[in-house]
Amino acid sequence: MRSRNVLTGVLLGAGSVAGTLLFRRRLARRRERVDVYFGDGSMVSVAKPGEADPLLRRARRILELAS
Amino acid sequence: MDAAAALERLREISSQIRAAVIFERGGKVVGSTIGDEQRAKDVAGEAEALLTEAERQRDAADGPGEFAQLEVALQAGSVFVVRDGDRLIAATTQPEPTVGLVFYDLKSCLRDLETPPAPKKRAAPRRKPATRTKKADAES
Repeated sequence: MRSRNVLTGVLLGAGSVAGTLLFRRRLARRRERVDVYFGDGSMVSVAKPGEADPLLRRARRILELAS
Repeated sequence: MDAAAALERLREISSQIRAAVIFERGGKVVGSTIGDEQRAKDVAGEAEALLTEAERQRDAADGPGEFAQLEVALQAGSVFVVRDGDRLIAATTQPEPTVGLVFYDLKSCLRDLETPPAPKKRAAPRRKPATRTKKADAES
């Protein structure tokens, strides 16, 4: 009886950890960001609110105009 | 290939792209899938301002760099700007597109513009009708 409770607890714990990881991964993918690639092969990813805001604003405007 | 044909081909090969505008630096629109000419011009202007801003951020961080392409991922969709020589293309897609594939398709579209149209096939020369020789001539 006790071992069954332990097993249930372990399964619940593992399930919630897996769920949290999946949720966080999905959330990170949905985050608004700007990836800029340069001719020399380098890439700059801008996701900080202060830096990315002007670029995101322009991109929103493009989406509006193109829709 | 002209801009209209290149954009038509782009729409055929990529189902992810919603709209695209081909333009030159300075904002001159070369071709667009957007019906309204003024809106296409506005998109080109905004896209150019976007990459100028991106280049400025890079200049501040790592020194000057030549822009190649960019993606802005938003919840409502993504905006792409790709450069090939003097020409640029700005495109919008649905949210979470296959980024590598979209970049490839946009670059191909710009390269299609550079390829000269295939030369027209020349019509095969007409065969001359066989001339009959008169029997009398042949005998003499």
